[in-house]
Amino acid sequence: MDEQKIPFWRDDRVLKIVGQVIVLAVILVIGAIIVNNVSVNLRRLGLPPGFGFLNSPAGFSIGDTAIPYSSTDTFGRALLVGIVNTLRVALLGIVLATLLGIVVGIARLSNNWLVRQLALVYVEIFRNTPLLLQLFLIYQAGFLKLPSIENPLRLPAATYLSNKGMHILWPASSLRTTIALILIVASIILGLILWQRRLKVMELQGGSVGRNYQIAVIALAVIGVLALLFGLEWEAPQFTGNSVDGGLYLSSEFGALLFGLVFYTAAFIAEVVRAGIQSVSKGQWEASQALGLQSGLTMRLVVFPQALRVMIPPLTSEYLNLAKNSSLAAGIAFPDFFQVAFTINNQTGRVLQVLLLIMIVYLTINLIISLIMNGLNQRVQIKER
Amino acid sequence: MRKWISLLLATVLTAVVAVACASPDDTTVAQGGGGPAGGSTLDTVISRGSLICGVNGQLPGFSFVDNNGEYSGMDADYCRAIAAALFDDPTKVEFRNLSAQERFTALAAGEVDVLIRNTTWTINRDTALGLEFAPTTFFDGQGMMVTTASGIQDLNGLSGRSICVQSGTTTEQNLTDRFRKLNIPFTPVVFDDEDALYSAFAQGRCQAATSDRSQLTARRKSLPNPDNYVVLDEVFSKEPLGPVTRNNDSRWYDAVKWITFGTFQAEELGITQANLDQQASTTDPEVKRFLGQEGTLGSDMGLPNDFMVRVIKHVGNYGEIYKRNIGDPFQLERGINELWTNGGLIYSPPFR
Repeated sequence: MDEQKIPFWRDDRVLKIVGQVIVLAVILVIGAIIVNNVSVNLRRLGLPPGFGFLNSPAGFSIGDTAIPYSSTDTFGRALLVGIVNTLRVALLGIVLATLLGIVVGIARLSNNWLVRQLALVYVEIFRNTPLLLQLFLIYQAGFLKLPSIENPLRLPAATYLSNKGMHILWPASSLRTTIALILIVASIILGLILWQRRLKVMELQGGSVGRNYQIAVIALAVIGVLALLFGLEWEAPQFTGNSVDGGLYLSSEFGALLFGLVFYTAAFIAEVVRAGIQSVSKGQWEASQALGLQSGLTMRLVVFPQALRVMIPPLTSEYLNLAKNSSLAAGIAFPDFFQVAFTINNQTGRVLQVLLLIMIVYLTINLIISLIMNGLNQRVQIKER
Repeated sequence: MRKWISLLLATVLTAVVAVACASPDDTTVAQGGGGPAGGSTLDTVISRGSLICGVNGQLPGFSFVDNNGEYSGMDADYCRAIAAALFDDPTKVEFRNLSAQERFTALAAGEVDVLIRNTTWTINRDTALGLEFAPTTFFDGQGMMVTTASGIQDLNGLSGRSICVQSGTTTEQNLTDRFRKLNIPFTPVVFDDEDALYSAFAQGRCQAATSDRSQLTARRKSLPNPDNYVVLDEVFSKEPLGPVTRNNDSRWYDAVKWITFGTFQAEELGITQANLDQQASTTDPEVKRFLGQEGTLGSDMGLPNDFMVRVIKHVGNYGEIYKRNIGDPFQLERGINELWTNGGLIYSPPFR
């Protein structure tokens, strides 16, 4: 009965654990060396550690701010302005790049020769040239060629366009605007809920029972539109001779960065979309055509939902790239987080702390994007019941 | 079994913690030397056989890459002066273009030996940033360039306008300070790259560009139509520009400092590239000492005794450097950059 005892150096279970312990130890030692190295070098250069400097006044101004900021605010506040700017361009960029990417991706598969070739040329040009070059071109040869602020282009709806940027109608911040805004949001949410319920009722009981819901939704839509038009206190930009005041101001730097990121990323997204669509087997097209669906409906109802399963993981990478690429903003004078952080680094000499902050902020932004996209991915995967 | 593993784990962890805690004491913090290697940068440079010099590269008159790929300008010449003093060969310089944002990090990390990049000496940079400033080679002040057509006469005319400025500079902070003091609202448009800044200014993105006056003067010349632009008379800051080294490296700092002072002293003594050979046969003890024929002024700081002969032979004295790079090309008067004997601020402590 008594088995011969295996010595521990040949025992597989022990060896596995020892292996893990050794790896862990190596990682810990490397980590300790890095931390030690950093603190020794900081001391050698006479640079103080810690993040206390974030509370001292910044002393520099930022040209394009979405939240209130003045040069007497702290470095921390300046960083926040930068983060908001980065988020502003990244979120808008992701939405617009997705829309453009889907259009171009579908155009790449169009039956129309011209449309197909145009989409191909677009993708190849934007995908194969450096983003920084595109940004410079869009900014220097595009936005800066607009007329100067002393002589802006006047567009409909009180919009002024100049090489300083675009001034558009925008609700002034007042109590009236806030109330109207709440009303609009509430009517949209309520409308969506009622619409869902209507669909469910119709599914269960068929045909015409959804009428009451329909009337309610239309009424909500009317309330929403009225609030949008008359409730909000629209403020039109005023041209004063050498500048434009009031309304919403979008700088040409913001515009150039947004356009650059959208055009560049959309080229990649187009290819992702094309790959996704082509991954859906031909049988699906044929089956839906046999059912009598038109090609537009086939795309929308049959092919695209299936293509999404393939598309979302690579799409996530493109979104992450877009968020990171926004740090090229410094080249075209847009005060994004990266630029503000480096200005602070330059003024305070806290290189390591600033680099660490930059890492944390971009990591956080990208982890949130990943999280959302992974959730979306789970929703579109085949549900095995 | 389990107990045995946890024992092993505990031993390893203890060892790791011990290593982590013990090492700061084991590592001798080299207070005397600043270079990443530990010793003085002076030794590093000499053993490498060339000087790595951080410059601007985009600023005519200070450091600018010309059509032939050669660096010209006052800052570039001071890099050459140091190389000449060390190696008797002004070409033993490796120029490194640095943006305003990168410069201090590059210097602190040891990527460059010395930073000669029209850098303003401020208390914050000298202390908090851990830098050492060699004598000022150019006393500058911040100015404002506007278009002639705009009719802007002074800073008040810039109310509500956009002003192009370079990021990571003292200019950026002075601008904010000055306009806050005058209570004038403005929008800064902050560029990382100087070329991009002046290109945007020329295209009318900003109604004004602000920088050191020497830079504005030099840049104005290279804009498409120089006559369409004017540099306002107003000077609203002090910008003493000079070479910079790392803290805690006195030997290297001394060498850079005294090579710079040497160019001032040479002008004061009237020693030029042209008359260097005649001066060599002088009987004046001050000149003899300065040129290393007597005493050990050079070797005392780890340089050859005749280091100033080498500098003057290859680069010239301060007046010659100024005339060649700033005076002749841009017709910029010496002004406060005259020798102290002529009522300026260029002054060297005695070579004794």
